[in-house]
Amino acid sequence: MIELLRQLGEKTRHSFAKLGRGSFFLMQIIMGTMDVLRRPALLSKQLYSIGVLSFFLISISGLFVGMVLGLQGYYILSNFGADEALGVMVATSLVRELGPVVGALLFAGRAGSALTAEIGLMKATEQLSGMEMMAIDPIKRIMTPRFLAGIISLPLLTALFSSVGVLGGHLVGVEMLGVDEGSYWAQMHAGLDVYDDILNGVIKSVVFGFVILWIALFEGYDAIPTSEGVSRATTRTVVNSAFAILGLDFILTALMFGDI
Amino acid sequence: MDTDTAIVSIRNLTFSRGNRKIFDDISLDIHRGKITAIMGPSGTGKTTLLKIIGGQLRPEKGTVKVNGQNVHQLSLKSLYQLRKGMGMLFQSGALLTDINVYNNVAFPLREHTQLNESMIRSLVLMKLEAVGLRGARNLMPSELSGGMARRVALARAIALDPMMILYDEPFTGQDPISMATLVQLIKTLNMTLKLTSIIVSHDVKETAAIADYIYVLSQGKIIGQGTPEAIEQSDSTWVQQFMHGNADGPVHFHFPAIPYAEDLFSSDNPQ
Repeated sequence: MIELLRQLGEKTRHSFAKLGRGSFFLMQIIMGTMDVLRRPALLSKQLYSIGVLSFFLISISGLFVGMVLGLQGYYILSNFGADEALGVMVATSLVRELGPVVGALLFAGRAGSALTAEIGLMKATEQLSGMEMMAIDPIKRIMTPRFLAGIISLPLLTALFSSVGVLGGHLVGVEMLGVDEGSYWAQMHAGLDVYDDILNGVIKSVVFGFVILWIALFEGYDAIPTSEGVSRATTRTVVNSAFAILGLDFILTALMFGDI
Repeated sequence: MDTDTAIVSIRNLTFSRGNRKIFDDISLDIHRGKITAIMGPSGTGKTTLLKIIGGQLRPEKGTVKVNGQNVHQLSLKSLYQLRKGMGMLFQSGALLTDINVYNNVAFPLREHTQLNESMIRSLVLMKLEAVGLRGARNLMPSELSGGMARRVALARAIALDPMMILYDEPFTGQDPISMATLVQLIKTLNMTLKLTSIIVSHDVKETAAIADYIYVLSQGKIIGQGTPEAIEQSDSTWVQQFMHGNADGPVHFHFPAIPYAEDLFSSDNPQ
């Protein structure tokens, strides 16, 4: 019993210590922002590897999610003779929930894990130490550009996900199942609100981007510099990001749309 | 010990990892313009000592002064300023793997100077020429052999014309030819660039060939010091065992453990 308590205490202490280190790390990253903005080349390189290289994955996934929504939505709505509302249904689900959440989950799997592995291996091969000894702050030079690039990329990728999804819904609903094209777009146009739906979706994706990048970079930086340590850190990035995204999504949705 | 010409002066340094004392109240001086070797068996904390000198680790007790400045009392800004004058050659080379040889050597120049690209090009080519790798400038780090990677790292370490270079096990895992090249290179660079070199190594022959002064560390203490000749003739059994690589002697090959027979017959669960 005492051993159990001891273990529980130790785990709690470790978690708090890690949270402390993580917060300090985040603060250092944010403090480096001005330096990075003065050197846009650093940022654009990361925008390419974090954002542009996720382009294909996000658009293909968005297309399929939109197509499935079109199909399922049509089956349900046509029962009630409301199939012309397919457009607004597809768009609302994408813009409010599926775009930000699925986009962020895919982004965590694609870019987050890659970042953790990259930073972890840089640590294991003494590249970060080497930089420190060259009097170059690895947080400003390596972490901040990646952090900013991630926060900029995810909302754009989410917008891409939702847009391609709407086209996917159109492909299945209008082209294949014969929903009226005019009502698909008109209902969507009338039913979506710029602030309630689109802006809230964008806010969600910015928050998710912030959290994913924080987790991914910190796990890499804090990884035990061995192959096993880096592999564990990469797994933790994906798992913790997924929990954080889903948990935060509930909180944000409740704050934005609900009366809880 | 003459402290006037000391570029690094360590006093009463104590450092532990967990319960193990890596350094137990050691004091040493590194003299300007000389090649000083710090030798000792693996695990005696030689790399740790370099990290303490570079300010990456903080000692429990004692002071480390580099060029008269107490490394562990400097602000981050002044520490970085001091580090610009120190090159460090890591055991792995620590090259940035996503950029080629040329850009690796240009990296500190681009970060710390406002020089234009043509000036940087000339400097990079000069440094690469010094290590004999001007022709390899377009290769990626993954395409280099271990010895070449270390030479590129050396070119990078001298890019900012430092006053001192710290070498972490520069000869480990090198074939005889690249070993000889590196030995020669370290000596030549130290002479021509008027550097101070600190070599941490357990390669006795190579290091003794170029060092001006040697410290031998074991179990947290300095067990011998002097010129290579003096060390060679030392009457300490510790130093003799290390310098001649004898299996028998006061330095044990085995990690501390309970007696062998007792261990074999014990009913300990296999871990």
